[in-house]
Amino acid sequence: MKRTVFRNRWLPYLLVLPQVVVTLVFFFWPAFGSLRLALYRTSPFGDRLIFAGLDNYTRLLGSGEYLQSAVNSFVFAFGVTFGGLTASLGLAVLANQKIRGLAIYRTALLWPYGIAPAVAGIIWLFIFHPAYGVLPYVLAAVGSFQFNWLLEGWVAMLMLITAAVWKQLGYNIAFFLAGLQSIPTSVLEAAQVDGADPVRRFWRVVFPLLSPITFFLFVLNMVFSFFETFGLVHAVTQGGPGHATEILVYKAYNDGFVNQQLGTSAAQSVILMVVVIGLTMLQFRYAEKRVTY
Amino acid sequence: MLVHAGLIAVIALIAFPLYYAFVISTQSLGEVTSVPPRLTPSWHVGENYAAAWVKGKLGRLLVNSLVMAVGIAVGKIAISILSAFAIVYFNFRGKQVVFWMIFVTLMLPVPVRIMSTYEVISTLGWIDSYWGLTVPLMASATATFLFRQFYQTVPDSLAEAAQLDGAGPLRFLWSFLLPLSGTNIAALFVILFIYGWNEYLWPLMVTNSEEMRTVVIGIEKLVPRGGGEIPEWNVIMAAAMMALLPPVAVILFMQRWFVKGLIESEK
Repeated sequence: MKRTVFRNRWLPYLLVLPQVVVTLVFFFWPAFGSLRLALYRTSPFGDRLIFAGLDNYTRLLGSGEYLQSAVNSFVFAFGVTFGGLTASLGLAVLANQKIRGLAIYRTALLWPYGIAPAVAGIIWLFIFHPAYGVLPYVLAAVGSFQFNWLLEGWVAMLMLITAAVWKQLGYNIAFFLAGLQSIPTSVLEAAQVDGADPVRRFWRVVFPLLSPITFFLFVLNMVFSFFETFGLVHAVTQGGPGHATEILVYKAYNDGFVNQQLGTSAAQSVILMVVVIGLTMLQFRYAEKRVTY
Repeated sequence: MLVHAGLIAVIALIAFPLYYAFVISTQSLGEVTSVPPRLTPSWHVGENYAAAWVKGKLGRLLVNSLVMAVGIAVGKIAISILSAFAIVYFNFRGKQVVFWMIFVTLMLPVPVRIMSTYEVISTLGWIDSYWGLTVPLMASATATFLFRQFYQTVPDSLAEAAQLDGAGPLRFLWSFLLPLSGTNIAALFVILFIYGWNEYLWPLMVTNSEEMRTVVIGIEKLVPRGGGEIPEWNVIMAAAMMALLPPVAVILFMQRWFVKGLIESEK
C-alpha cells in the first residue's frame, strides 16, 4: 500500500464525484429499479402497474418458453466457450513458434476482435444463406440433408455459435500465446530429455501450466456469450426460427421493450444479475488464487 | 517452412469470412445469387458502396458511432484517472465505500438493467441524444482499477519531490503522473474505442430516430425481414465492410497498444 502523500479536505471528494454520480444514477438506481419493477405486473390495458409480489419469478420459472431460452443460452454459451477455446488453443500452439515475423502473424490473427458481434453475424448469415451461401453449397456436395437455418433451429444456433467463435478467436489466441510464451523452455527440454513425445509433453506439461489462463478465458467467454451477444441475435436470427435462438438477454429485451411486459422483463434482468454475480465471483476466486501462487 | 505454411493456412481460414464479405460487396446482385457461388471480386465496387452509403444513411451513422466510441473512451479514461488518483493519493472518509461501489459496477452490465435504465434516460430527456449514448456508459471499474494499479507502482519519492517543488496535488497529477500514463491511456483508448463502436443494445435502447442510430444497428435495418423484398446482399456487405473498417483499422495501426490494453484491462 502506498503512503498517502496529499492532504486536502474536499479535493478527493471532488475527484471521485464524476464516477460516483455516473455509477449511482446509471448503475445503482436502475439496478434497484429492476428489483422493484420485478415485483409488479402490467395491467391488462398496459396503463398501470399492479403489485404482484414474487409472481413474476414463479411464473417465469414455470414457463416453458423461459426455460427454453435458458437452455438456449447455455447451449450457446458452452458452444462458444468450448468450441472457441479448443480452436484457439490449437491455433495458439501452432502460432507459438520461434520464427521471424511473429508480430505480423499475431496481428493477422488478432484483428477479428475489432468486428462487432452483429457485423460478424451478418457476414456468417450470408455464408450460411440457404440458397446462395458457400457453406450449404459445399455441404450439399458432401451429402443431402437439410442445412437451412430458417427451417432448422440447430443450424441457426450453429450459425450464431460460429460467428461468435470467429469473433472471439483472436482474443483467446492472444491470451493463450502469452501463456505459452511464459512457459520456460527449460521445463519443456526437461520433459524432452525424459523422453516425452510432443503430444505427451503438451498434455502433461503445457496444458496444466496453462490452466489458470484457460480458466480465466472460460469465465470471460461465458460472460461474453451471455451478456455481449445481444446484437448478434438481434441482427441475425431475431430469436428464430420459432424460439430456437432466443437467449436470455434477447428475451428480457423483447418482453420488456417490444411486448411491454415490464415486470416479467425486470424479473428476467434480476435473474441475469444473479448469473453475472456468480460469474464475477468465479473470476475473482481465480484472481485470488493467482496472487497466492 | 512447414510452420509458416501452417500459420498462413490458419490465418487464411480466419480471414476467409472477411474476404468473402468483401467479394460479395463487389459483385452485382446477379453474381451474388449465382450458383455455384463466385469467390472472386467483381467490378461493382463503386455502385454498391454508394448504394449502401445512401440507403443506409451511413455518413450520419458513422459520425454517430465515432462520437459514441470517442466519447465513451475519453470520458471513461478521464473520470477513471480522477477517481483512481483520489483513491491512491488521498485518505478520506468513505474511501472504502467508493471503492466497493466502483467494484460492484462490474456486476451490473447493460442487460441486467434494461427497462429501468431506459426510464432514467427518458426522465433526463436524453433519448436520442449524444448525452444518452455516451455518459451512462462512462463509469468503468476496469479502467479505474488499471490506473489505480499503475499509480501504486509509481515511487513515493516522485510525489515527495513534487511537493518539495511546491506542486499541489492537481499540479502533480497534470505534470508528473499524466505524462507517465501515456502508454496506459493509449492502450485503454484502443480497447474502449472498440467497445464503444461495437456496443449494440445500448444505442438500440436510447435512440428512436434514424438520425441518431449507430452504424452497427443501421446494418440490421438493411436486412429485410419477411418475404417481400429481395435482400440486396451486395449492398448489405458493402455497409458491413464500412462498419467494421474503423475498429479493425484501429487495431492494425495501434497494434502495440491494443495488445497491451487487451492484457492489462483484463488483469
